[in-house]
Amino acid sequence: MATPFYVAPEQFMKDRAEYARKGIARGRALVAAEYADGVVFVSENPSRSLHKTSEIYDRIGFAAVGRYNEFESMRVAGIRLADVKGYQYAREDVTAKSLANAYSQALGAIFMGGEAKPYEVELLIAEVGHAAAGGLELYHILYDGSIVDEHRFVVIGGETEPIAQALEETWHDGLDRDAAVRVCVQALERAAGRPVEAGDLEVSGLDGTRPRRRFFRVRDDVLRQTLTS
Amino acid sequence: MTFRADELLSGLPSPFDARGSSFFETLRRQAPDAVPPVLSGAVLPESLRERLVEGTTVLAVLSASGVIIAGDRRATAGNLISRGDMRKIFPADDSSAVGISGTAGPAMELARIFATELEHYEKVEGEPLSLEGKSNKLAGLVRAHLPLAMQGLVVVPLFAGVEPKTGDGSIYEYDPVGGRYRATTYAATGSGSLAARATLKRLVDPRADLAAAAGVAVEALFDAAEEDSATGGPDLIRHIYPIVAEIDAAGYRELGDDQVATYVEATVQRRRDRYPSA
Repeated sequence: MATPFYVAPEQFMKDRAEYARKGIARGRALVAAEYADGVVFVSENPSRSLHKTSEIYDRIGFAAVGRYNEFESMRVAGIRLADVKGYQYAREDVTAKSLANAYSQALGAIFMGGEAKPYEVELLIAEVGHAAAGGLELYHILYDGSIVDEHRFVVIGGETEPIAQALEETWHDGLDRDAAVRVCVQALERAAGRPVEAGDLEVSGLDGTRPRRRFFRVRDDVLRQTLTS
Repeated sequence: MTFRADELLSGLPSPFDARGSSFFETLRRQAPDAVPPVLSGAVLPESLRERLVEGTTVLAVLSASGVIIAGDRRATAGNLISRGDMRKIFPADDSSAVGISGTAGPAMELARIFATELEHYEKVEGEPLSLEGKSNKLAGLVRAHLPLAMQGLVVVPLFAGVEPKTGDGSIYEYDPVGGRYRATTYAATGSGSLAARATLKRLVDPRADLAAAAGVAVEALFDAAEEDSATGGPDLIRHIYPIVAEIDAAGYRELGDDQVATYVEATVQRRRDRYPSA
């Protein structure tokens, strides 16, 4: 039996982190931006049916970048957790924070080892209208399980810097939904140096003014209209 | 302490598990204690069974543009009226609804699990079930309650809905062991169903609009209440009326009390006109 090579723990972690980061950076970016009534998720996605964003529960939405099969299983796990919890207690007892923590635990454990490779995913969990102020909660869970509270806007996946910089200049408080979408799309276009068609975009979000299920998608004609107005 | 990857990953859904989109299956696996007794095969002691609440008449009527589903408000325990305001019609989602009859507690739990099941499927799969699929899933839940049915705690739902894209309505009836039957124009379930069906048979016009169908539904419930002690008529003192819901391509809507009251008054007036005072 061959003796395994010794790898210093720091080196091991550093290699895994680099592997995950590179994988995530290879994909397409996703922007989440706060607007007056909630949050919009905008990303380039040539597929009409393989989504990167999804409803988790009434006020809670999910957005991810990276390896599709990896974040897809996380998405379904989150929906299960939310539905079982909501059924056992009450619908309003399901919170983004507890989901985000569950994802943080899962990704952290996966990153630590056990699996041959870390998950190449980064997740956003958003909730509108739970806190007393009725505002947005946005949690960013990284590939290693670390979790960050985000505000205003956040870019994950792909080349985040130029997009974030563009948003820094164009995003402001109190945008309406269509304006928020346009701001995000323009930031993506600026960073990419080329226009992006409506057909190549996945646009969705959470709208706090809706009665129960806050998640919405903007597609086809409605999206085209939003981008050109 | 963090969790080991294999502990966490074993909780992640297996892709080829055909029950993977089922909320009921997930609940059974993750929180078996939360599965209501109606579906967990529990054995209930004899003494408990006598004190359980029963009801009802629920009925559904097809119309040209959708479907009406309606139910009375009375719940009985033996000879006693235990509730005058019980809800027996539950929206399952935006385009379908369940009416329940039989033992109230288990029936309500079944309706609740069913609604959660439909929404869970839609979120996981990315699109809702077809109307046929929903009716079939409900049949499965009714089948699963067989252990309780055999102890006398029977739940018999009525399912009505529309195909979201077309607005074409369908009504499905069930028997206690999960048999599923598609009704052509109308259906009624519960202890007052025979009386309700007698009225529906004479008055239903499948070409009529939803408002006409609602009027017929209210009249049928009124008649059922006169024949069956377990079915309640309208409570004119407290303004507690049958729950009448219309489902069409635009969604599920319950008629307001004042609207149902108009139908009730129309029925009463028609009858009164035939019995002039001496």
